[in-house]
Amino acid sequence: MALILNLIVQGAQMALVLLLAPLLTGVVRLMKARLMGRRGPSPLQPYRDLLRLTRKEAVLAENASWLFRTAPYLVFAMIWVAASLIPTFATGLIFSWSADLIAIVALLGSARFFLALAGMDIGTSFGGIGSSREMMIASLAEPAMLMIVFTVSLVAGSTQLSTVAAFMQGPDVGLRVSLALALIGLVIVAIAENARIPVDNPATHLELTMVHEAMVLEYSGRHLAMIEAASALKLLLYVSLIACLFAPFGMATAAAGPVAYAAGALAYGGKLLGGGLLLALFETSIAKMRVFRVPEFLGVALMLGLLGLVLLFVTRSL
Amino acid sequence: MLIVAALAILCLILLGLCGPLHGRLGHATSIAYAGAAGATAVLLLMGLAALIGAAGAAPVTASLSVGLPWLGAHFRIDALSAYFMVVVNLGGLAASIYGIGYGEHERQPGRVLAFFPAFLAGMNMVLLADDAFAFLLSWEFMSLSSWLLVVANHRQPDNLHAGYVYLVMASMGTFALLLGFGLLAGPEGGYAFETIRAAAPGSGRAAIVLALALLGAGSKAGIVPLHAWLPLAHPAAPSHVSALMSGVMTKVAVYGFVRIAFDLLGPPDWWWGLVVLVLGGITAVMGVLYALMQHDLKRLLAYHTVENIGIIYIGLGLALAFQAQGHAGVAALGLAAGLLHVLNHSLFKSLLFFGSGAVLVATGERDMERLGGLIHRMPATALYFLVGCAAISALPPLNGFVSEWMTFQAILLSPQLPDWTLRFAVPAVGAILALSAALAATCFVKAFGIVFLGRPRSLEAAAAREADRWQLGSMGALAALCVVVGVVPGLFVDLLGPVTQLLVGDRLGPQLGLPWLTLVPVAEARSSYNGLLLLLFIAFSTVAPALLIHRYATRATRRGALWDCGTPTSDPAAQYSAGSFAQPIRRVFGAMVFHAREHVDMPQPGETRAARFHVDLRDLAWDFFYDPVARGVSAVAGRMNHLQFLTIRRYLTLVFGALVLLLMVLAVWH
Repeated sequence: MALILNLIVQGAQMALVLLLAPLLTGVVRLMKARLMGRRGPSPLQPYRDLLRLTRKEAVLAENASWLFRTAPYLVFAMIWVAASLIPTFATGLIFSWSADLIAIVALLGSARFFLALAGMDIGTSFGGIGSSREMMIASLAEPAMLMIVFTVSLVAGSTQLSTVAAFMQGPDVGLRVSLALALIGLVIVAIAENARIPVDNPATHLELTMVHEAMVLEYSGRHLAMIEAASALKLLLYVSLIACLFAPFGMATAAAGPVAYAAGALAYGGKLLGGGLLLALFETSIAKMRVFRVPEFLGVALMLGLLGLVLLFVTRSL
Repeated sequence: MLIVAALAILCLILLGLCGPLHGRLGHATSIAYAGAAGATAVLLLMGLAALIGAAGAAPVTASLSVGLPWLGAHFRIDALSAYFMVVVNLGGLAASIYGIGYGEHERQPGRVLAFFPAFLAGMNMVLLADDAFAFLLSWEFMSLSSWLLVVANHRQPDNLHAGYVYLVMASMGTFALLLGFGLLAGPEGGYAFETIRAAAPGSGRAAIVLALALLGAGSKAGIVPLHAWLPLAHPAAPSHVSALMSGVMTKVAVYGFVRIAFDLLGPPDWWWGLVVLVLGGITAVMGVLYALMQHDLKRLLAYHTVENIGIIYIGLGLALAFQAQGHAGVAALGLAAGLLHVLNHSLFKSLLFFGSGAVLVATGERDMERLGGLIHRMPATALYFLVGCAAISALPPLNGFVSEWMTFQAILLSPQLPDWTLRFAVPAVGAILALSAALAATCFVKAFGIVFLGRPRSLEAAAAREADRWQLGSMGALAALCVVVGVVPGLFVDLLGPVTQLLVGDRLGPQLGLPWLTLVPVAEARSSYNGLLLLLFIAFSTVAPALLIHRYATRATRRGALWDCGTPTSDPAAQYSAGSFAQPIRRVFGAMVFHAREHVDMPQPGETRAARFHVDLRDLAWDFFYDPVARGVSAVAGRMNHLQFLTIRRYLTLVFGALVLLLMVLAVWH
């Protein structure tokens, strides 16, 4: 019985992240538009876009290979799996032991790997520039992310996300400098990984400024839909991760019953809304930086992560 | 058991006769490689049997009365050598099968055939040796046979230079090992490993031996700054030999280091781990940064070997540090991580070199700037190469990720270490490991993207043909093994149990009995990883949406011209090249790490010549290490030169003086 319940919770989790992800993107877009003084599209617009794209004919370049056609599905799958392993409204996910935080970071790395390859498949200069810059950003963001993961894991004594989330809800956390550093670092990494301003601009198609969009320029139809869904999922993943690690209140514990689950879901919705609002505020209040300023920006995240980690190493067992 | 091994090794050496007989004997190439495959298969099975049976049984030993008269030659198979026998002969078997097809394209097959089986035999002999004399003899045999393979294509001037540098470094390494074993054996000359093990050296002597082992075995493995020969020599050899040298011979070097540091030297001091750890970290990040800057496919792969050796040494360093503090359980984790990476790296690096060999045969090109679009012409090779690229970039659910994950787990346990220096060094090394993993992914996006994707950049690339079935079979098997190790890592971690038990006195808990084949190194609440479930999840979430969309939305596809933001050019030269792909990384790290200088030679208005862009990269190891040493040696040699032209009287005086000096030293010594 407990097993079935757990399976239901895990299934609900997978469905929930998939259903909510476009909404989060839509909400962020709407809020940005409002902050800029525009009316903006309905928050449901991303759903319509996705449905329209899946029904459209896919146009492939003549020399597109099988990798180009499978990459969108693979990328979507990897990010979806990673997103459904992060506790959203309840901890104690049944499959959380199959991949810990390090594996989740590496799964995102796998997704990026295939997307960057797909960007180079047609052999256009835009695809190449996008892939090259995306990998440059990632090669600094991923170690920064791992440092943050290490910091959090050392505090909680586990890399298992469920255990970490349970620990963060508990009374033993307290205020720690390392965790504060990790939070700042994680926000920086999240901005860079999701191709948001100031690292990249998700709305632009201006040649010189785009990174992520340049990489997926050749995609259309259902393939583009999968990639759009994947990037929406990735944004949701990072917001959930930050919420799960640093704002775990309201989250239901394992097998807590439907009332707690409903409360957890409500709290989760509130956190997503808050995260989206903060992101929109941040994005409208800052200008995009030049590509070669990005390494310095990410270097800050890496150093913060490392600093937090060293602090923990030094203060442990004194 | 050792008799079978000896027979197999003898067979390998005899197979070398196919080299001179080539031309007279019909299928000399096939016979040599098939024979080598058979012999390595036997050795592989023996290694596996010894490893599985090693848990309770005493190691198999034998001694022959050849070699030094008072010593004889000792041979032994324990868990450590059995494990490395598996690694070496797995790579050897794959290379032999690959060679059946690849050898047909060799310009002078006789020069390769004669030494290829001998090289395999030499590596096996190193693993079996149980005394310093046999070890050094086998080591030198391995070095020389591989050197002969490096200069197999001696008509290319670069290869001769590579061979020269390799020979110098190999002799230096053997010399360091010779001194190290001499110190271990002591004045009584107890050269048998058993005697050395019994007489643990004092901490001062042990420190010198460790340094010599790092110098000797480390130069063979390619530790920075002793790596300089490796990216020259490995690519110069024929591709299946490159695979053996990069994927397998470096592992024999790791074996040499592990044998000395963990087995012969006795309990470690606390700082040994620190030294090995820091060296490993530097090696990992420098290796991958150099690799990123290479545009020669095989040289890129060779530099990546340097990176992976660094990762292995990080695992070994953690094991040494924990062992010194008495945390045998965590030491076993670090050691298992390093040794699992030994297996993993031998799998995917052999696979990648085979792939580069297939590309070389198909196009005659190693320069990435002249390749491209091969995924259309060589689909199977492309698929296998892609698996290798993903595995070496440590992407789940493949095998490279498992060993790096285990290393990270060991790093996360190191706040238990009481020493302050280690506490600062370990997180820094963790950051370096994370950085090099991310850079490796960048590097292999570049390698695969430039070589196999895009449009062909030369006529040769456009006319490439798929590799033959032997090559494809060998690559396919290795790719499958990469997936298997990634999906059921527990099986291989369990195989490592007797090895860690032997070396650090503890082992990881049994993994195979756990539900769903999960990997749980310490405790489930702490960390666990399940490649199988991850693979199933990814497969399900890839296939299900694809099927749903194809069934209920649309599956209509149209082929059209490429879009490229509305400005397509038909010239393949307009694509991103390997150099341009690496440019952002060069901008970020280049000035510091490589002293990178970019020169743009822009013609004045009115001039008709082309603009030129030139990047100048330096290998700092050459600038600060090799060149000064070479200049010093050359200067001393110049000074000593006039000693060649003395009269007989002066020579006699010199001899007499030297004799008196030595006698005086001897008198003072006692």
